[in-house]
Amino acid sequence: MKHTIAVIVENKPGVLTRISGLFSRRGFNIESLSVGATDNPAYSRMTISVEGDDVVLEQVVKQLSKLINVIRVSRLDPEESVERELAIIKVSANKDTRSEIMQIVSVFRARIIDVSPRSLIIEVTGDEKKVDALQQMLRQFGIKEMARTGKVSMVRGSKVVQAGP
Amino acid sequence: MMVRMTGAEAIIECLRREGVEVIFGLPGGVLLPLYDALYSSDLRHILVRHEQAAAHAADGYARATGRVGVCLATSGPGATNLVTGIATAYMDSVPIVAMTGQVNTGLIGKDAFQEADITGITMPITKHNYLIKRSKDIPRVFREAFYIARTGRPGPVLIDLPRDVTVDELEFDYPEINLPGYNPTTKVHQLQIRRAAEALMAAERPVIYAGGGVRYANAHEELFQLATRLNAPVTTTLMGLGCFPTDHPLSLGMLGMHGTKYANLAVQEADVLLAVGARFDDRVTGKIASFAPKARIIHIDVDPAEIGKNVRVDIPVVGDAKIALTELLKHVQQKPWGEWNEKILMWKKEYPLRYTRDENVIKPQFVVEKICELCPDAIIVTEVGQNQMWAAQFFKHRDPRKFITSGGLGTMGYGFPAAIGAKIGRPECEVIDIAGDGSFQMNIQELATAVVNDIPVKIAILNNGVLGMVRQWQTLFFGKRYSHTTLGDVPDFVKVAEAYGALGLRATKPSEVEDVLKEGLASDKPTVMDFIVHRDEKVSPMVPAGASLSEILELDS
Ligand SMILES: Cc1ncc(C[n+]2csc(CCOP(=O)(O)OP(=O)(O)O)c2C)c(N)n1
Ligand SMILES: [Mg+2]
Repeated sequence: MKHTIAVIVENKPGVLTRISGLFSRRGFNIESLSVGATDNPAYSRMTISVEGDDVVLEQVVKQLSKLINVIRVSRLDPEESVERELAIIKVSANKDTRSEIMQIVSVFRARIIDVSPRSLIIEVTGDEKKVDALQQMLRQFGIKEMARTGKVSMVRGSKVVQAGP
Repeated sequence: MMVRMTGAEAIIECLRREGVEVIFGLPGGVLLPLYDALYSSDLRHILVRHEQAAAHAADGYARATGRVGVCLATSGPGATNLVTGIATAYMDSVPIVAMTGQVNTGLIGKDAFQEADITGITMPITKHNYLIKRSKDIPRVFREAFYIARTGRPGPVLIDLPRDVTVDELEFDYPEINLPGYNPTTKVHQLQIRRAAEALMAAERPVIYAGGGVRYANAHEELFQLATRLNAPVTTTLMGLGCFPTDHPLSLGMLGMHGTKYANLAVQEADVLLAVGARFDDRVTGKIASFAPKARIIHIDVDPAEIGKNVRVDIPVVGDAKIALTELLKHVQQKPWGEWNEKILMWKKEYPLRYTRDENVIKPQFVVEKICELCPDAIIVTEVGQNQMWAAQFFKHRDPRKFITSGGLGTMGYGFPAAIGAKIGRPECEVIDIAGDGSFQMNIQELATAVVNDIPVKIAILNNGVLGMVRQWQTLFFGKRYSHTTLGDVPDFVKVAEAYGALGLRATKPSEVEDVLKEGLASDKPTVMDFIVHRDEKVSPMVPAGASLSEILELDS
């Protein structure tokens, strides 16, 4: 099973290594991980997607909480959260295929951010499924290169995951 | 008013403020400024002959005193030599602060001479570690390091000190601890305590399983009260030996692979198992799926991550063992001695720890029994292997801080330097390292440290000429194919001892054992006692690795 956790960490050198080291040492599988500063530059927020059953998830949360630089660990219930991922995809395009690609892009509410005679770069945001679906659709034209961020996630409503109380 | 000083002076000041009385270490190029500051301070420094011994000595000191042990090594090879000692302390939750020299900050990452990424290397074997990049961070980091090492579940903390950081000046200020990500749990959840108390009161066949956490929390008295009030038998792990007197009628001795048969049977029959400060290690549980199959499990531990890690727990209690047991005591009443206690007495009679005596060959178990008889209050330190198990089984452990052994990592070579550390921390106690000939040779060079610094530890080698524990497995599980486990009868340990200026004694017959022990214990010098034992003596009983605790082999020598 896949789980998503949000981790607030001190923004210090080596923290990412501590976290990835913990995952590999304890045999936990990271599906994706994304990091960025929070509104308070002293802290960063990681969104980690983990594969495993509930026992594994509980250990992941407890072991992460033991790290001195980890301030908070929160499980995010997928039912109650919004999830987004960003991908930029370079696809082959020529005058015969370009308009078809542009149609697909508009159906997905994606955007074209670079155009050249032989290729296009497409930017898409959405949940994992949407990005997967667009990727699938674009494959027929030839995906030359792709960069995905891994997902970021947040609980709906007024509940917050942050460093303070 | 703030005082200006160099990084090295600030380090000495921090150590002084943390109440450090001794450092175990060995210098090198990048540490010269720090060693120079040490030279004019009154901090005691013990110069070891190998940095591994510095880490083990700091660890032995910490276990014997309950204070934080400190060791120091230079960059590169000095730092990597500490690694085994740090890992040993980590596995057994021992509070030490390890300081390492590092190349100048400007050279880090350039593969400079004697550069090693020691914070990277030790990340998985420390509770936390630091690389200090500015000398003004020294006071904060040292204060945090000592605090982290000794609080919550204790453990080693490493501080890496680039040379320039020890030279640069700073305004000394010892800031209050501010660690938003570190909040060790101490208080306990009252509802869980009440549930635990109810389960224990309702139990017909309770067993208490106590580990090293009881010792670190100083909770042995509360444990004793709880056990006697409930009339609940107590078994301990290797790390928990001494937390409950092994000669008490409720004592089951040690459980697990080389535990007593009655401890293992009791655990398998128990209807409620109370685990306190123990972590369900595989050497304790045997095959996990069939461990304590009939029991509801209550688990008290200061580390929330231990709960549910290896076994399912019915009643988790996160918190300090002393506080949790004190709270539990408020909710349990005296229970009578019952059928379960009688059954256990019967098992104890039927399956005692035993060995066959011999008039011509020294039995290692006999040596341990004699040590116990002549010196019941000694601090016993062990090496690893059969010697360790015999010391665990045949010494009557009564004091939680007087049995010191590498349990989690099983580090050969640990015992002797740890004994040096223990003796420095508790000079009034006799300190005896019960050793194997293989293990002792892994840090035998520390005889020089003991002699030069006049640290009169006693080493009792149970000399079987083999890597005995490995040989035992070869005998039992590999058709007696003794692949590379024979050490032979070199060196002559008596001569080695003498060469170092220590006292060397030898016993080859049972009749000589007592005299050698008496002479060795009376000596005021570091003393090596070489007891020649048979190489086929086995540790018994034994639950083979991966078998269930009920599958207990009783082995003849
Ligand atoms: C550093 C290290 N290397 C290897 C081992 C594996 N090992 C466990 S017990 C043992 C034999 C120890 O021999 P000795 O010290 O003579 O003790 P004995 O079992 O003979 O009493 C070995 C090699 C270990 N525990 N530690
Ligand atoms: Mg041996």
